Amino acid sequence: MEKNGLGSLETELRLGLPGGGGEVEIKNEKKRGFSDCYGGGENKNQVVGWPPVAAYRRKNVFNGGKMYVKVSMDGAPFLRKVDLSMHKGYSELVKALEELFGCYGIGEALKDEEDKCEYVPIYEDKDGDWMLLGDVPWQMFTESCKRLRIMKRADANGMGLHAKDLLKGLSKED
Amino acid sequence: MNYFPEEVLEHVFDFLTSHRDRNAVSLVCKSWYSVERFSREKVFIGNCYAVNPERLIARFPRVRSLTLKGKPHFADFNLVPHDWGGYVYPWIEAMAKSGINLEELRLKRMVVSDESLELLAKSFPNFKSLVLVSCEGFTTDGLAAIASNCRFLRELDLQENEVDDRKGQWLSCFPDTCTSLVSLNFACLKGEVNVAALERLVARCRNLRSLRLNHAVPLDALQKILVQAPQLNDLGTGSFLHDPDSEAYCKLKNAIKKCKSIRSLSGFLDVNTRCLPAVYPICTNLTSLNLSYAPGIYSSELIKLICHCKKLERLWILDTIGDKGLGVVASTCKELQELRVFPSDLYDGVGNAAVTEEGLVAISAGCPKLNSLLYFCQQMTNAALITVAKNCPNFIRFRLCTLDPTIPDAVTNQPLDEGFGAIVQSCKGLKRLSVSGLLTDQVFLYIGMYAEQLEMLSIAFAGDSDKGMLYVLNGCKKLKKLEIRDSPFGNVALLADVGKYETMRSLWMSSCEVTYGACKTLAEKMPRLNVEIINEGEQIEASPDDRHRVEKMYLYRTLVGPRRDAPEFVWTL
Repeated sequence: MEKNGLGSLETELRLGLPGGGGEVEIKNEKKRGFSDCYGGGENKNQVVGWPPVAAYRRKNVFNGGKMYVKVSMDGAPFLRKVDLSMHKGYSELVKALEELFGCYGIGEALKDEEDKCEYVPIYEDKDGDWMLLGDVPWQMFTESCKRLRIMKRADANGMGLHAKDLLKGLSKED
Repeated sequence: MNYFPEEVLEHVFDFLTSHRDRNAVSLVCKSWYSVERFSREKVFIGNCYAVNPERLIARFPRVRSLTLKGKPHFADFNLVPHDWGGYVYPWIEAMAKSGINLEELRLKRMVVSDESLELLAKSFPNFKSLVLVSCEGFTTDGLAAIASNCRFLRELDLQENEVDDRKGQWLSCFPDTCTSLVSLNFACLKGEVNVAALERLVARCRNLRSLRLNHAVPLDALQKILVQAPQLNDLGTGSFLHDPDSEAYCKLKNAIKKCKSIRSLSGFLDVNTRCLPAVYPICTNLTSLNLSYAPGIYSSELIKLICHCKKLERLWILDTIGDKGLGVVASTCKELQELRVFPSDLYDGVGNAAVTEEGLVAISAGCPKLNSLLYFCQQMTNAALITVAKNCPNFIRFRLCTLDPTIPDAVTNQPLDEGFGAIVQSCKGLKRLSVSGLLTDQVFLYIGMYAEQLEMLSIAFAGDSDKGMLYVLNGCKKLKKLEIRDSPFGNVALLADVGKYETMRSLWMSSCEVTYGACKTLAEKMPRLNVEIINEGEQIEASPDDRHRVEKMYLYRTLVGPRRDAPEFVWTL
């Protein structure tokens, strides 16, 4: 089991059933340096909290503090934009999305309840991977989210799949 | 000494202003302890969970000014979950109940609710000064309560807080009888303010010395305010946008010329650079300039402005100034003591102007009085740091942040160990250090060996093994705060000298190699430490394996045991 430079296994995307493995950390494994994991200087801003600029300063100096990202919803004729800096957490964001598209129940997918809602909210992160909303702490999410998509659950292969398994069917290209 | 009457001792102690001196004095003997505790009016508590309100009141019943700090420093960078703790309410409640004559409250990184502010405003009739830095949890309703009720308010200073705007009229809540304001800073507020009420407030507060406006106060209002308050020492402009050919702008220029006492300038939250020349007349006497919230000012404009500021002692700026601009600072600002250069672009855009080791070397050569530095840079070299160390042996605070956290020496590709080693060896008075770039255990060997006065050390993505952390813990005798992220330090280092942590305020370790088992061991051995494990994320296992790595650990000495307000995801072992 590989550890990434962040050492945060919980946030590492991998294919497979959630909570699977049950393997124990091998604590003797040498921690890899930042560059080992992320190569040259390309992805240096993928890390939470680096460079260490205070959150207040981030909000007020950069982009005027706004964090607009595009939101697409399967079946909707045009996209919308939402400002992530206006929300304090996932529940507020989901409410905003529901109002934006007039579609309710988007948040159900986050609670791991199968078949309750036909839509699943996902986002593309800085690595270009599509992630299910809600796994990582809110601040980490706002720093890494590039765009949002409200996907039709039925678009994924198979029926009655656990939400996390739907990610198998997604490619990096939208 | 026991033949001195207490009044004499008390009078002598009056001359001791630093809390450290008072702490030392109180350890001499019982009688000194007793005299000191009854006469102490200013109390500083660096970690609000190290003691509790009851103990504060019991020991210092005559406290009039309280300073409290809450969340760990890394909370600034989103490493601490939102509701970790640091609530001020219990403190205010306890002091109100005990009849403490509170006059001043200074808070940093604490959660301040509107209820707290309301209770504060109504409980202390002599309340004079409220300073909130990097706090959250309150709205403009809380500010309205302060404005309405604190009849003798002198200072309301809000620095970099997250404040919800309730679109109320908090500024209008200062009654017409309020004339006592000396300092008013609401630059961090997002919403509109009643500009007419502000103008009237400024007009009647003849002792106003410091005024920092938010972006909602337009330039023409600024002009009217300055006409009413030419005695200001410290000005934070709101927005600085106008047509430079307009009459309003012309009036502003004249108003500014009359403000001969302004020594500190900040703001320019929105700016039309063509309006900047209006401030040139006051630049000559400026000792402090903060343009770090003004991304709209380009390098050439910055340079033009700074050329006028020959007496500058403190400069906060964005890296848009560039190495060339720093060269201008170096040749102009010979009195410079503190420099902070913040990044202007976090996302590495194309053509991103940033500063390098060149700018820093220039500053060190031109500004021999430099003692405090925060420098975000694109690259660094050992040679540069060695030169800086030679030029500026007086650093008290030295914080270097390379935008790429593990970047090596830009010329030699070597780690930056030697450069930082030179800094700690040369700067014998160094109290605070942040290191970055490619660093091995060697840099920590140097720090442990030379940084004798070091009190705070920040480490990220550095070191090779436990040895690194051990060098620091063994060597830095005055270490108070150690914060480490993403570095390969583990159990051996953590447990080598458990007694050390009682001599320190706190230790933060995240994304390191320490395990649950080691943290439990530490907690067992040291009952006067709170060892907190912070578990974010969905899977909170009931009893994690001792061999599992801990993602975030925060430990601190305390007299009062595990805190009772810890949220679900924080475990005190």
